Amino acid sequence: MTNILLPTPAPLLGRKAWSLFLLALITVGVLAPVFNLLVPAGSAFHLSDYGVALVGKIMCFAICALAMDLIWGYTGILSLGHGLFFALGGYVMGMYLMRQIGRDGNYKSDLPDFMVFLDWKTLPWHWTFSDSFIATLILIIAVPGLVAFVFGYFAFRSRIKGVYFSIITQAMTFAAMLLFFRNETGFGGNNGFTDFKRILDIPIATPSMRMTLFVLTSLTLLGFFLLARWLVGSKFGRVLQAIRDAETRVMFSGYSPLPYKLTIWTISAIMCGIAGALYVPQVGIINPGEMSAANSIEIAIWAAVGGRATLIGPIVGAFIVNGAKSWLTVTAPEFWLYFLGALFIGVTLFLPNGVVGLVKKLKGEAQ
Amino acid sequence: MHRHRFIKLFMALCAGLCLAAGPAHALTAAEATAIATGETDVRIEALNKAMATADDKTAAFIQAMADGEVKVAGDKVFVVKDDKGLDPVSGAAVAVPGGAEDLVNNNRMRGALDNALAALKLFSKDDKLRLEGVKALLKEPDEARLPLVEKALAAEASPAIKAQLELARAAALLGSADKARRLEAARALGQNKTPETKLLLNERLKIETEADVKGQLQASLQAIEAALVWGDKLGALFSGISLGSILLLVALGLAITYGLMGVINMAHGELMMIGAYATYVVQGLFQKYLPGAFDWYLLAAVPVAFAASALVGAALERSVIRFLYGRPLETLLATWGISLMLMQGVRTLFGAQNVGVETPRWMSGGVQVLSNLTLPYNRLVIIGFAAAVLLGMAFLIGKTRLGLFVRGVTQNRPIASCMGVNTARIDTYAFALGSGIAGLAGCALSQVGNVGPDLGQSYIVDSFMVVVLGGVGQLAGTVYAAMGLGILNKLLEGWTGAVLAKIAVLVFIIIFIQKRPQGIFAMKGRSAEA
Repeated sequence: MTNILLPTPAPLLGRKAWSLFLLALITVGVLAPVFNLLVPAGSAFHLSDYGVALVGKIMCFAICALAMDLIWGYTGILSLGHGLFFALGGYVMGMYLMRQIGRDGNYKSDLPDFMVFLDWKTLPWHWTFSDSFIATLILIIAVPGLVAFVFGYFAFRSRIKGVYFSIITQAMTFAAMLLFFRNETGFGGNNGFTDFKRILDIPIATPSMRMTLFVLTSLTLLGFFLLARWLVGSKFGRVLQAIRDAETRVMFSGYSPLPYKLTIWTISAIMCGIAGALYVPQVGIINPGEMSAANSIEIAIWAAVGGRATLIGPIVGAFIVNGAKSWLTVTAPEFWLYFLGALFIGVTLFLPNGVVGLVKKLKGEAQ
Repeated sequence: MHRHRFIKLFMALCAGLCLAAGPAHALTAAEATAIATGETDVRIEALNKAMATADDKTAAFIQAMADGEVKVAGDKVFVVKDDKGLDPVSGAAVAVPGGAEDLVNNNRMRGALDNALAALKLFSKDDKLRLEGVKALLKEPDEARLPLVEKALAAEASPAIKAQLELARAAALLGSADKARRLEAARALGQNKTPETKLLLNERLKIETEADVKGQLQASLQAIEAALVWGDKLGALFSGISLGSILLLVALGLAITYGLMGVINMAHGELMMIGAYATYVVQGLFQKYLPGAFDWYLLAAVPVAFAASALVGAALERSVIRFLYGRPLETLLATWGISLMLMQGVRTLFGAQNVGVETPRWMSGGVQVLSNLTLPYNRLVIIGFAAAVLLGMAFLIGKTRLGLFVRGVTQNRPIASCMGVNTARIDTYAFALGSGIAGLAGCALSQVGNVGPDLGQSYIVDSFMVVVLGGVGQLAGTVYAAMGLGILNKLLEGWTGAVLAKIAVLVFIIIFIQKRPQGIFAMKGRSAEA
């Protein structure tokens, strides 16, 4: 009888990684609030409000990139529909924030301003639960999750793969964008939602509220990182990677890829939805532009720049690309698209494993 | 013959009416005074009366009044032009008394004057002006204008304007106080099966009180609607085919680069944009150096657009895409990057605003097939152009040596290579060909839509839908898918509106791909799992 050597499950994180993780936790959970709120504005250690807003925004994007990595990097399915899930989460949050405005809008009505403008008398049915925060939290998970589940079920069941899948997710996002642009659908048309005033009856534009959202976002990001790490290390994650590398062989080995793909697809969509819900109160606006094809493809490039199938890579990638974006769009706005385009080409041609892959390779050569 | 006699009879009747209404001669001093002085109501009545017997002098006088060139002294009226007094009746120069005052017209009077001027256009020598006059009358039918219309009708030679005049006459009669005349007009209008008549009858139906006139109005309306239904249906079908031909042009290039070569070319839209901008540049060159031949600039633009896009395509293939064969998802991202750079490049060169591409004169206008169905020339040209490009491409792929090589490389690269085919070069040629066809599509699009840096973005989803729906590597499938989607889209638009139709079509494609992941025409055999 031969001994079958099963791989020993790797620990969730190594010793060094755990300490880095703790460091990150302390940085965002303690240092950032202290430097932003307690250190006076003139000091060299002061973290500006602009910095908090920017990093908070990029962390939302990083969650998207992480979600993209799970579905693309580990399962080999390139989704061009993650912008939709992001926007869906954002819209659910936006509806709640619109209700929180109460009678403080321009028209002093119970209804959101744009509905008064359209001469509507009552809230449409899909706004029913928008005044409850608990219901909103549930819907932030349920709406993108359900859309992804239904779409994924039919797509994976008929074994749509590769580029076909990418293109129909793009079509889905495009159709949704057209729908949200309509005034009749009750999502504020092309202006979307903005002018938020409060969240949980607390004013939204105060420094402490901004900091709270920032800390929440960073904790979510770190939490999702651990979750993703656990997922890909588990047996479930190994099957996903097997599907990525040789789906036909996985099927011949007696696995049905459908539940695996569907689960990771739905999880990924929910992560994006939560990122969207955290994004909207921080930037103060959500409109159908978030569903444009460009946004979804950009999520993929964050993951590709950082390095696919590395988990830490996409987070790094989101920071690199968006950091460059906010710097370049201020200093040389006309060059931003050249830079982004060159990044798309350069990364796919020369950095198939992204920045993280490059660093690993350099380290390997050094030893 | 009957018709002639009828008209003669009517003329006689009309002349009689005119006699009863006033002396049958040209403008008189008394008329001029009546129009120019007194209460507005009386003036308008006098104006209408004078209109019935209007001649050149009347027209000149009314024009002068509308232009504010008339002065009044007591009961004498003068036209004052360049500080010289003229007698409105004789046209002779007269001295204007010192106390003459400017004639004042209030808004109502001015409206009546404008209306009268429009009516007088009916007697202009210029066909265009006459048509304008009839159109203006049709907008505000007035029974008082009837004698004038009759007169114009007798003198009119152009059949098109004559038809409009008949319509104007019936429209004027429709407002008559006499029930019998209204009834007759309602019946006569039923013969004229145009959307304008339908509008006219509907308006009258709203205010009509007499039951039998109402019945006749409804009967006429029904007859017109029955006749118009066909025009509407054919119109929807035509716009569907027109949209389908545009989709076909847009997707044909992609059918090569994606369908045959497997390159997910997200920059396809930008290659079309380059074709459109090439057309713009050629237009500019013609305007500058060959203004005489400007109407034919499109003929020169077609090869230029092809060459420009094909060159860019070849450069892209050599520099980027050839490293990515067999890695479709990476190709997608890289070509997306290319599209961003091309878009920004065009913004840097031509500015972020849309540029104006003029349609040549011979392409404006259209053929009128039915009263409510006009086929615009530019759409017809594009349908023809799409068919020509399709045939050219089918010939190139199916009958030439290059086509044979392209098919060979697609089907089995190593064997084609063993047979001595330079596969790398064939890839470049094929990609350049697909890009060039995108350029042709861009040239066609410049004639029907805006030309701007975002031109390609709006078509990229559509073009992929067509190719995917048609089945990869299938020219026939692409044709069916483009035409099917175009017609489906336009038919749905009829009862759901443009945006919902678009969404419905996208949902339809998503569902369709679930059922037939390989498109309408699935590849069979070995290449199916490629």
